Amino acid sequence: MRPAPAAPSPNPYDLHAATIVEKVRVTEDIDTVRLQLVDPAVRRSFRFQAGQFNMLYVFGVGEVAISIVSDPDEPQVLDHTIRAVGRVTKAIRGMGLGDTLGVRGPFGRGWPLHDARGKDVVVVTGGLGCAPVVGAIDYMFRRREAYGAVTILHGIKTPRDLLYRERFEAWRRHADTTVLLTSDQPDKTWHDHVGVVTELFEQVAIDPARTVVLMCGPEIMMRLGASVLMQRGVPATALYLSLERHMECGIGLCGHCQMGPYFLCKDGPVMRYEQVAPFLGRPGV
Amino acid sequence: MRQRPSAKKTKAVGRPTLGVFKFASCDGCQLSVLNLEDELVALGQALNIVYFPEASSAMQDGPYDIVLVEGSITTPEDARRIRAVRERAAVLITIGACATAGGIQALRNWADVEAFKRAVYPSPHYIDSLTTSTPISEHVRVDYELWGCPIDKAQLLRVLVDLLAGVQPRLPTQSVCLECKRQGHVCVMVARGMPCLGPVTRTGCGAICPSMGRDCYGCFGPAEGVPAGPGLPPNTTSLATRFHRDLHLIPAEVVRRFRGINGSAKPFKDESHAWEHKGCDE
Amino acid sequence: MTPIERPSAGPGLLPKSSFQLLLDALQSQGYRVMGQRLHDGAVKWDDIRQVSDLPVGWRDVQEPGRYRLEPSDSGRFFEVVNGPESVKRFAFAPREPLLMIERSHKSFRATPTLPQVEKTALLGVRACDLAGLAVQDQIFLHDAYPDPYYQARRENLFLVAVNCARALSTCFCASMNTGPKAQAGFDLALTELEDAVLVEAGSQTGQDLMQRLPLSPASDRPLAEAEAQMEACAKSQTRRLETAQLPQALYDAHEHPRWDQVAARCLACGNCTMVCPTCFCHTVEDAPDVTLQRTEQARVWDSCFTQEHGYIHGKNIRPAIKDRYRMWLTHKLASWVDQFGTSGCVGCGRCVTWCPVGIDLTEELPALLDKER
Repeated sequence: MRPAPAAPSPNPYDLHAATIVEKVRVTEDIDTVRLQLVDPAVRRSFRFQAGQFNMLYVFGVGEVAISIVSDPDEPQVLDHTIRAVGRVTKAIRGMGLGDTLGVRGPFGRGWPLHDARGKDVVVVTGGLGCAPVVGAIDYMFRRREAYGAVTILHGIKTPRDLLYRERFEAWRRHADTTVLLTSDQPDKTWHDHVGVVTELFEQVAIDPARTVVLMCGPEIMMRLGASVLMQRGVPATALYLSLERHMECGIGLCGHCQMGPYFLCKDGPVMRYEQVAPFLGRPGV
Repeated sequence: MRQRPSAKKTKAVGRPTLGVFKFASCDGCQLSVLNLEDELVALGQALNIVYFPEASSAMQDGPYDIVLVEGSITTPEDARRIRAVRERAAVLITIGACATAGGIQALRNWADVEAFKRAVYPSPHYIDSLTTSTPISEHVRVDYELWGCPIDKAQLLRVLVDLLAGVQPRLPTQSVCLECKRQGHVCVMVARGMPCLGPVTRTGCGAICPSMGRDCYGCFGPAEGVPAGPGLPPNTTSLATRFHRDLHLIPAEVVRRFRGINGSAKPFKDESHAWEHKGCDE
Repeated sequence: MTPIERPSAGPGLLPKSSFQLLLDALQSQGYRVMGQRLHDGAVKWDDIRQVSDLPVGWRDVQEPGRYRLEPSDSGRFFEVVNGPESVKRFAFAPREPLLMIERSHKSFRATPTLPQVEKTALLGVRACDLAGLAVQDQIFLHDAYPDPYYQARRENLFLVAVNCARALSTCFCASMNTGPKAQAGFDLALTELEDAVLVEAGSQTGQDLMQRLPLSPASDRPLAEAEAQMEACAKSQTRRLETAQLPQALYDAHEHPRWDQVAARCLACGNCTMVCPTCFCHTVEDAPDVTLQRTEQARVWDSCFTQEHGYIHGKNIRPAIKDRYRMWLTHKLASWVDQFGTSGCVGCGRCVTWCPVGIDLTEELPALLDKER
């Protein structure tokens, strides 16, 4: 069953103050920020699903949609991995322990991790980091026995784009787990596969009948990935994609996050491939 | 996108310093700073205003955390001076049409400056001026541009507040029409046939002219506009064609429409050039 | 809107000479009465205190990119059909403060700023605009998160519809099945006849108000006259939108060369979205004070024609005018149907009239669905 939106609060625009209790620098411009909601009652009642997001607010600046990457079974703290690219995320980057952010959420629909129990899971990612899928991988490895074979395929342009090398190495050490990396513009330091991520499918065994695929990355990559996987017999219904659009309200009202007929903030950000296939990578959609 | 500096980073201690510099201009934009009456005291407490000849006798040499530049470059001396100002400025913001696009005096770019000199001055050889009026960005790197003739003081305030907070300012690029319609004004072009530049002009003025029943003359410069080109806003070609075919402006009038306060801003300049040699029947 | 609880007398007739009594009745019930008044060469919503405030003696002539008022000797109250503003701004405000946020120590406190709204009666709401309001109700009130700001405004509206007797050249409500007769969503509906106004109630509040008016029961003749008037109005419409193949046909037309042609004309100014009774895009802005102690968060009308609308971290997914016009039309006529089960177009024709260069969607759609080109 896919998680439904949380029960509506009386005013969906109202903010809850949250304190930064931990901040870990991941790379030059990416931090993982751990938040704790200030109001104990709000903190106790806050529940989320892997792949859902919060709207984070910086005083006087504005809001930004950031997925929650920590474990849904420990909702007392909320981890958000944030790349400083826009004015709000850059402002968050300048904040420190004890500083306050506003939180609205959780919003959206996350990964089908409940439905994927007992199945093999293939994770396909590309480009610069993919925070939403990292949360899903962590979730599965914390419940390793609940899932079958886990395969993680990650494609990047240049080795410089590989942001989580240690994480991939750590995941690789789990039982019944395959981690394959590829770069299509490698340098001398690169010892993994050379080429695009879809070529990695040739190196892995996939049982189409018991596989769920989670994808996150450039739309063109996901479209090609889906096409190759379907040729391997994986049904379209087993393919899930995390998509990205500008989200301002989080509740399907402001109109910015549309993709075809969907509002990705409420219908997504995780969508079934079948839903969005006609719109993936289509210019201007 | 190039990383833009914020004022906070450049000065670890004390209030950030502000310098206000004037080049070829009418002082109207500097007056907009002084017109921030309600906020001026608070601003003076948040910022250390160390160079602002229009308002104060304090004239410190810098360096400055934030520099506001009014006016365009019209003399060899100013071309040197703006480089020196840039070297002492952590963040440089142009204020107004002159500094941002060359201003009304950029009409000289289409005229004979020597003839002007002879007509105006008894001893024209004393006048050392360039043949062009050019925006600051043609001489030095500019961090933020505030458009308008004059600028909107609320927009300036917001940029300063953002910089004080260490936040990257956000300046709107959309058309005047959005604000005009939000305020509920009747469109002067559709209802009265006036050749309004609002659809291709950047918002920020508060739609002042249409609110008074006048057509916008583009003092906030082209909407969006960078990168400019076919297929990208502002679509000056379609608007100019409408002016000519349906509102019956002759090509010379279309040229004048676009060749005003921001006539040297690229989309407007290109459009005025396109109509320069057109006949009335085209 | 309250459903009618007590059935009472059907439609009644109010002599035109007594029309002021309707305004008085509304005012005595505490309503601020607003209607279309002459302003700057068109009509705008403004206070109506007496009948003479109505634009009697004028009629509007509209065509793509052009609006003019002309003298009229009909003496009708509602001869001017509409102006640039639908009723949208009365529920979905152009600028709506959402929160006041105040700093306290290192933290801050947010207080929702729900609008204090006076009871407002809108006099002369056309059928297309009622349909537009119903579309907006569905978006803002009938999803997982009802919008309390919209709701506060909406609940205080009393809607007096007027059935259209005259169609503009830009009207195509008949083909969208939204008019010219007000079908639902009104408190009162008026049909202006030669000497009298036919009054019907659409809600309990409307019916209660009707009882404060000296109405005479309407016989078959004025009822037939009203029907004939609306039928003639529908028949006189020259524009139409053929929606049978939608939404799919427009999705399929994504690569049609017509988009380039319309993009060459489109200014991307966003006027069509601002005047549209159903467009709901908005953006949120923060307005901090100089001392950074207080900030107001407000939403303002946005448009899919702006640069910012298509922004995602460092790139713009709709950089060209073609992308934006396609987004707007495809959403309005196609994806809207998938999202809300109804078209985003109600046939009011405002986007046609108020486009500064006169782009006409009733002309664009058939061209886009023409596979020959």
